[in-house]
Amino acid sequence: MTDATLSTTGAAAPLLAADGTPLKEKLARTTRRMKMRALLLTLPLVLFLILSFVLPIGQMLYRSFNNPTGSNVMPNFAQAIKNWDANQGIPSDDLVEIFVKDMASAKKNREVGKTIGNLATRVNYEIPGSRSLFTKTARRAGKITEGPYFEALVKIDKRWDNPNVWRTLQRVTNDFTLSFYLAATDRKYDSSGAIIMADELYQIYLPILWKTIWLSALITFLCFIIAYPVSYLLSTLPLATSNLLMILVLLPFWTSLLVRTSAWIAMLQKSGIINNVLVYLDIIADESRIQMIYNITGTVVAMVHILLPFLILPLYSVMKTIPPSFMRAARSMGASNTYAFTRVYFPQTIPGIAAGTLLVFILAIGYYITPALVGGSDGLLISNLIADHIKKTLNWSLGAALGTILLVVVLLFYWIYNKLVGVDNLKFG
Amino acid sequence: MTITKLLASTAVGAAIAFGSVAAQAADLTVVSWGGAYTKSQVEAYHKPFIAKTGTNIRSEDYNGGIAEIKAQVEAGNVTWDIVDVELSDAIRACDEGLLETIDHSTLPAGADGTPATSDFLEGTLYDCAVANIVWSTIFAYDKSKMADGPKTMGDFFNLQKFPGKRGLRKGAKVNLEFALIADGVAASDVYDVLSTPAGVDRAFAKLDTIKSEVVWWEAGAQPPQMLADGEVAITTAYNGRIFNAVAGEGKPFEIVWDGQIWDLDLWVIPKGAQNKATAFEFLNFSTATEQLAAQASYISYGPARKSSGPLVGKYHNKDIDMGPQMPTNPANLTNAVQSNFEFWADNADQLNERFNAWLAK
Repeated sequence: MTDATLSTTGAAAPLLAADGTPLKEKLARTTRRMKMRALLLTLPLVLFLILSFVLPIGQMLYRSFNNPTGSNVMPNFAQAIKNWDANQGIPSDDLVEIFVKDMASAKKNREVGKTIGNLATRVNYEIPGSRSLFTKTARRAGKITEGPYFEALVKIDKRWDNPNVWRTLQRVTNDFTLSFYLAATDRKYDSSGAIIMADELYQIYLPILWKTIWLSALITFLCFIIAYPVSYLLSTLPLATSNLLMILVLLPFWTSLLVRTSAWIAMLQKSGIINNVLVYLDIIADESRIQMIYNITGTVVAMVHILLPFLILPLYSVMKTIPPSFMRAARSMGASNTYAFTRVYFPQTIPGIAAGTLLVFILAIGYYITPALVGGSDGLLISNLIADHIKKTLNWSLGAALGTILLVVVLLFYWIYNKLVGVDNLKFG
Repeated sequence: MTITKLLASTAVGAAIAFGSVAAQAADLTVVSWGGAYTKSQVEAYHKPFIAKTGTNIRSEDYNGGIAEIKAQVEAGNVTWDIVDVELSDAIRACDEGLLETIDHSTLPAGADGTPATSDFLEGTLYDCAVANIVWSTIFAYDKSKMADGPKTMGDFFNLQKFPGKRGLRKGAKVNLEFALIADGVAASDVYDVLSTPAGVDRAFAKLDTIKSEVVWWEAGAQPPQMLADGEVAITTAYNGRIFNAVAGEGKPFEIVWDGQIWDLDLWVIPKGAQNKATAFEFLNFSTATEQLAAQASYISYGPARKSSGPLVGKYHNKDIDMGPQMPTNPANLTNAVQSNFEFWADNADQLNERFNAWLAK
């Protein structure tokens, strides 16, 4: 009876905490504080992720379509040519005058990112061979003091008479561009401004992207074929033996990547260990040594070896949790070995397979040191091209566009994977 | 723009923070290509400079290109004080405002009193760069394995007469010139032919004839190693690397000078270098007549000053005359091409794209 009275009064007048505030509010406040504290604890990680992951990737995405060079180098001209109708072919002399004046003042500018050389490099991506047109014209632009300006330009170089140069300039001085994505997919603008495929002899990025994808798939498949029995052995052998086997798996895993790659060179090259042994055993003649490295074979062998532990470890930890009694039970109920394996054992290892193959595939698709060292002319993968544009050609925007495409491809594969296997089924151990 | 700049600086910030801790001890950071080449500079430039001024020099190696200079200058934290670069890179970096300009009148006069501007070989002084040496891409073979070896560029491409793998630098530059010379184009016409689409097709067609036998190299130290391992029968290489393998390690390599393509290495000072004044001092010191001549006794690269020529003697510890080993030796220049930086500045991007596409087929 007292209990009932209490609860009815509780519903009418809210329960109060010791300090007089309603209990509900107090509880909410405490939970909020707890949540804040938990959030504060994750703050260092969140900050780290933002600084080292979100910002650089965001910057990469931004760089791939941001195109500030034109308006940095020639601010007035970039503004003036915006509303110009490209179908006129040649711009009016007023516009050319702004161009010449901007060029003359840009020539004097030595500020990084705002020199005529920056613009020349940028236009050269669109019209190969036009770099010297800009540097040469800039040297003389200061001497052009009166009109007609267009004729004066043509006198310096007759390429200025080409409408395509002006159409390209209008595109290049725009602050945002699709050019880098077009270039990254072997496309370009033609002289009328329409998007077309690049000449077949110059198509490189799409073929290499496909090659990277199928090579990664092949490497993942080979890793799986090799890793599955090894992991099975690891999980079923007696502890002493399996420990030894585990060390054999882990030892290369702990060795430097470059050391392992060089070791494969020493093994596979023409004067290498395998060829020497084969020649010594008279299996092959000295002059017909087998070419096993600096081609696709070398890349696949070295990469499978390097990525193997990433598949063995998750597989092993999943297999370890499957009690051996399951298989025995299946067999005792009349299942054949094959049937018991395919219906009982294998399905339980799928989370490990899923995690391992996804890991290996994603690592393989972005690999570039190993293919570059042992792949010879076949060792060119999409990441090598990205590294090339970041380090050698300094076309960071094209590198960023390629990187973005690679990111999208990986996310796409992840999405397909999620549809097929389900991310909840991934199990790393 | 400011956001991009901020981001760029955070991106390289970490790397530079680590670098600067080590760099603080040095009064001058000199960056060059490593191996036998850096060693020759240490002997001929660094050691006498340290002895003279007491400056603490830190020597750093890199693999060429202007990516690092660009990153440092854009982030506003320049730890490299003076860098040894190729001509096309020097021109491009200068055009993009990444380098300090150099007043040629402050360069020391030659030992014979000739002012610097006329003592330096023609085309070796630029707004932002001063050449120190002339180097060359040649081809070489192992004469212990090939008694009657190749003599001309055509032989390099002749797989019937000289069977075996070929080593070539991975990239369009130099290889296209070699292909045209081998195909019968006169050295003086190479860039005229290469400027036409038909000329480019012709060069690639010639490269096609040996493509299946080519092993590609990227670092200058690779070709002598590949020759020594027997991985290739004939390879293109930088002449100094082959010379050092012969003179220093006694390797039986032979250099063929026919069709050689010579180029310059130059000193540049990145804009805003921390020790700019010392860098200029080092620049003036190292490009003086004696120092350039002294370097030539450690590696077979030709000095960029005329007045250094007569002072070039023998290899530093062996009885080998250095004169005939130089790319600039008249006998070696009979069928030679000077690498055309303007052509490559204009066309490198496009031709490398085609080269990569060709390579991947």
